[in-house]
Amino acid sequence: MAGYIIKRIAVAILTLLVIMCITFLLMNAVPGSPFLTEKSTPEQIARANAKYGLDKPLYVQLFNYIKNYLKGDLGTSLKMQEGTAVSKIIFHQGKFRLSIKLGVYALLLAIIIGIPLGCIAAYNRGKWIDGFLRVLTTVGVAIPTFVLATLLLVSFAVKLKWLPTLSSSLTSFKSYIMPVVALSFYYTCYIAKLTRTSMLDAINQDYIRTARAKGVKTRSLILKHALRNSLIPVITYLGPVLAGIITGSFVIESTFSIPGLGRYYIQSVLTRDYPVIMATTVVLSALVIFMNLVVDIAYKIVDPRITLTGKED
Amino acid sequence: MDEKKTLLEIKDLKVSFFTPAGEVKAVNGISYSLGYNEVMGIVGESGSGKSVEAYSIIGLLQPPGKVVGGSIEFEGENVLEYDDEQMRQFRGNKVSMIFQNPMTCLNPVYTIGNQLTEALLCHDKGYTKEQARARAIEMLELVGINNAEKRIDQYPHEFSGGMRQRAMIAMALICEPKLLIADEPTTALDVTIQAQILELMKDLQKKENTSIIFITHNLGVVAEICDRVSVMYAGHIIEQGPVNDIFYDPQHPYTKGLLASTPRLDEEGRERLIPIEGTPIDLLNPPKGCNFGPRCKDCMKICLREKPPFVEVGEGHISACWLHFKDQAGKEEKK
Repeated sequence: MAGYIIKRIAVAILTLLVIMCITFLLMNAVPGSPFLTEKSTPEQIARANAKYGLDKPLYVQLFNYIKNYLKGDLGTSLKMQEGTAVSKIIFHQGKFRLSIKLGVYALLLAIIIGIPLGCIAAYNRGKWIDGFLRVLTTVGVAIPTFVLATLLLVSFAVKLKWLPTLSSSLTSFKSYIMPVVALSFYYTCYIAKLTRTSMLDAINQDYIRTARAKGVKTRSLILKHALRNSLIPVITYLGPVLAGIITGSFVIESTFSIPGLGRYYIQSVLTRDYPVIMATTVVLSALVIFMNLVVDIAYKIVDPRITLTGKED
Repeated sequence: MDEKKTLLEIKDLKVSFFTPAGEVKAVNGISYSLGYNEVMGIVGESGSGKSVEAYSIIGLLQPPGKVVGGSIEFEGENVLEYDDEQMRQFRGNKVSMIFQNPMTCLNPVYTIGNQLTEALLCHDKGYTKEQARARAIEMLELVGINNAEKRIDQYPHEFSGGMRQRAMIAMALICEPKLLIADEPTTALDVTIQAQILELMKDLQKKENTSIIFITHNLGVVAEICDRVSVMYAGHIIEQGPVNDIFYDPQHPYTKGLLASTPRLDEEGRERLIPIEGTPIDLLNPPKGCNFGPRCKDCMKICLREKPPFVEVGEGHISACWLHFKDQAGKEEKK
């Protein structure tokens, strides 16, 4: 297990290097400059470029990025908060924490609600509750996040005035409700659908009949024997879910005016703040890679037949 | 020995499946009884209702299948009148079952030990976890699994097919049930393992004093292990008797046909196997007369009109065929 994790970390570092190279190329392929404003003269731009090393050949710039990242230096912002260290902007101004909090709550909500809903639907297959949940989850999967977010805002904040319109820095419990629900709704519904299908599949397996034959209680039949087997496809889905929740949070953060990393990321691209784009991309990529590792290890825990090293032991 | 006493008494059991196309009478009025320590073989081709009948004893029948008539008395109590909780306590505790495919019958994500002890712990027998584990190890040793102390913590995928069936047997017998229903337990195994498992079951049957209902379509297996045999065809028992009578003196044309289509090592002269012509009847539209009539070589007019009653053709040997009446009439005429 330890060897496997070390191997995965090594691969992750390589992956991040490749991501850095691609990001760097894409940043430079897009026209424009962080110092380009209506008033700026070519001399001013040239001076600023020279100050931040943007006049050097591209391969030298890339090499400098990699060298600094290996040292743990993510560079300084060129535009948005000129002169401030990027690491400080991401980690110390609460942006990263805010986005992660939002994402983790949404993910937890999707798991905590989605899996039981799937179980309930499967157990009551063909009854009205199954039909109701099927309609609900299909609608949930079909509605785009921004539409749902707007609907929530209009009904709960504007009309009913139960919840605050601006969630801003997510200080109170109430301000969390709408962004988290809007962000997680699609995934909750998808996980419920997935759980229902794989649960139905599990319920018809021979080992469930064996368990029934030995007199296992119905509750334990579902929660012990069927659920664990039906979680395997759900876990597979959780890796992409996390990536989706991070990208999805851009939309939610904009809709609810939450100053999180997602919104900041988009702004950094719009203003060509190269070090911020690079740092945000790398941090989010690292997060996705890490979550994929967690998912793979979770696999092993749920299904003992899976060997992480690829060798039969 | 209390062999004479009855453990299980099935009277006129009827099981139907309610499909969109209509009612399929999978088991249509079968009766038999099973004594303590007795091994009853139930043979018949696929779809003859042998598994359905067994599932209704243990309450594993799933919709759209339903018991529509008759009674199943186990030690004098009608099992069909049990509520859900009584049925759950009954399953695995007094009657247990092993199935055809050991590769898929054990839950892949729990250890063998977990699944074995679960069988014990879900019936409130006062076992602690440690005691249950000790008992599980004892059972694994009993079914011939070496190194049981270590094996108990392994997962099903670490066991071979034969070992999994052994583990299944250990699990079925861990609560010391009075009756074990074995639904084609050797069909999915290769021949040498089949023989080992049969040997084991014979052994355990004597040691544990368990009655067995052995469902199979393999007549060789029946000869090996059973005391009595019921031959089923299209939801009916058509012949029943002691194992030797069925093999050496079969009375019903279907049983004769089954035996003629079974390869045997002791008959050198016979090279070709003789199949039973035709196909099983459509259970949605069963014929008015004998179910086997349309396929029977000796079919008479009455066979297509009326269902034949049982005739006692030997001691404890019954058969349902109109030919027996013809034979009797012939004998009486000669006299």
